[in-house]
Amino acid sequence: MFNFDALAGCLSASSCLVTQLSTGVIIGMLLFLVASGVTLIFGVLHVVNFAHGAFYMIGAYSAYTGYSLTGSYYLAIAFGTLVAGIIGILFERLAISKVYKENLLMQLLVCYAFVLIADDLVKIIWGAEYLALGIPDEFRVPPYRFAGGVIPPLYIFLVCVSLAVAILCLLLIQYSRFGKIIRAAAHNATMVSVLGIRVPVYFAALFGLGCALAGMAGALAAPVRSLTPGMGVSILIDSFVVTVIGGMGSIPGALLAALILGMTRSFGSLGFPLFVDGMMFMMMVAILVFRPQGLLGERPAR
Amino acid sequence: MKSYRMTAPGHPLRTLLIAGAGLAVLLILGLVFPSPWLRDTMTSLFASGLLAMSLHLLVGYSGLVSFGHAAYFALGGYVFGMTLQAPGYVETFGAWSLPSAMLLAMFGTGGAAFLVGLVCARLSEIYFAFLTLAFQMLFLSLIQGFVGYTGGDQGLTGGIPRPAFLGINVTQSWDRYAFCATVFVFGVLVIRLITESSFGFTLRMLRDNEARVKFLGINTYLTKVICFTLAGTLASLGGVILAIFTSAAYPEWASWTKSGEAIFMIMLGGVNTFLGPLAGALAMRIIDDVTLLYTTHTELAKGIVILFVVLVLKRGILDFALDRRRSRADRRANRDRAAAHEKERADVDS
Repeated sequence: MFNFDALAGCLSASSCLVTQLSTGVIIGMLLFLVASGVTLIFGVLHVVNFAHGAFYMIGAYSAYTGYSLTGSYYLAIAFGTLVAGIIGILFERLAISKVYKENLLMQLLVCYAFVLIADDLVKIIWGAEYLALGIPDEFRVPPYRFAGGVIPPLYIFLVCVSLAVAILCLLLIQYSRFGKIIRAAAHNATMVSVLGIRVPVYFAALFGLGCALAGMAGALAAPVRSLTPGMGVSILIDSFVVTVIGGMGSIPGALLAALILGMTRSFGSLGFPLFVDGMMFMMMVAILVFRPQGLLGERPAR
Repeated sequence: MKSYRMTAPGHPLRTLLIAGAGLAVLLILGLVFPSPWLRDTMTSLFASGLLAMSLHLLVGYSGLVSFGHAAYFALGGYVFGMTLQAPGYVETFGAWSLPSAMLLAMFGTGGAAFLVGLVCARLSEIYFAFLTLAFQMLFLSLIQGFVGYTGGDQGLTGGIPRPAFLGINVTQSWDRYAFCATVFVFGVLVIRLITESSFGFTLRMLRDNEARVKFLGINTYLTKVICFTLAGTLASLGGVILAIFTSAAYPEWASWTKSGEAIFMIMLGGVNTFLGPLAGALAMRIIDDVTLLYTTHTELAKGIVILFVVLVLKRGILDFALDRRRSRADRRANRDRAAAHEKERADVDS
């Protein structure tokens, strides 16, 4: 079950080290995009979107369709993001907004229902078989070589886009008028609505934004992952682990935790391939027990 | 405590009698309709019913939303199966190997639930749900990781040896049905006795107002841990039933959809009634079977039903029926009063 020789061998060889590091960063950044959506929605709406993985899946499949229609990877990403965002807004308006005031049980069930429906609809529309987008034409170029390791240009593109989008979101929430209204509404929705601002519209927009982030992560991941109807669940669990380790509601925390997790996955697949998930959960349990608010979280757990 | 004593006279005895009657009904049902379909359906219902009802102890009575309850269900099945498959076990224990493996499954799962409970009970609400889910995923990855012991993704296959004991041979249809029914009724009885005990009332208080329970000098942390352990132990009985029934154990038993399903059974049947989760398990089974007649997309149908129940009914079937009956009685009373009033006025006018 454990193969520490392989791990030690990789750590001492720079070529392997570079490859594994870049893989870890990729996994981490995609995870970060999904997790920042979860964090954003939880931080403002105090709803845990257990259906977030489904939006990742929707984004990936929409990108697949977009790519086969237009042949452009960039358009495919935009399409995937858009579709996930729109479905997210619809889901918020039609279902989630009805249970904001209900208890955790109801929210859990609405999301569970959405995941079941989304998984089956994907099966009906795209079929249950594995689909692969393949490396898009734009990135069919020789990989960069660095210290003996190989880094495909697509990876660099993915990391840059994820990072840029995440920083944009952070700025949007922190400094824009939209972000200020959202944060005020999170604090006291009644007061904000008294000021003549349509709070439900802003909540729906934020929920849509969070889902669009997940959709974008799915679309970005489409060339490097295989698409399957259940693909949302594992990324959902991973992004939970990220939000918990990083701290609920903290975007920098999510970034840190996502990178830690990406590295665990990447290097763990060499050292303890069958216990990667177990390792992740042990880290999460340790965080929850010793520092329940997460690495960089501020909200103290009750 | 006073309300407990008021309903108490003869209560445990009455519960025992009702449980006996319930078991008799189940056994007679199995004898009158000896079709294997009915017996098999009922047996799998016993398993999922115990899963939902033991989770109800946490979700419904204590207000602890555990999202990882299926882990203990699966653990029960796996410990049971792995014990009986262990080389030399059946030879050593002979006729007593099945009951002893059952006990081992219960205590093993109970121990695991106790350890997990020690950690989880420190947190509440959303963090509690997360942590229970995390432990379930940990169990799942352990099951998938230790391929040599658990069979990994394939599950515990190759058949679980189930030697006869006390003249009960669970490899035969009738014996298996009767035995599983007995185990099921025993599990439900224990849950009922817990909810009717003073400990059960402490759980309800914990759900309604934890701070006040603390003021009463009750150790809420310990209460939660005990409740979590009991619920886990009882869930393992469901896993054992399913392991006896399928003669195998599969990693899907510990999947998060299984936990979600169990939570939905409780919600579907009704959170505020004791037998609600059982009704939910039955309804879920019917939804599954009816949709399978028309299409293989059972999840789609299930999802739509869940959305309908949560967003439109906003309560479970039994809760809904209860409310309907109450409101109808209210309306009738109102109508009678109005009619009497009309009559009175007519009398005065004339």
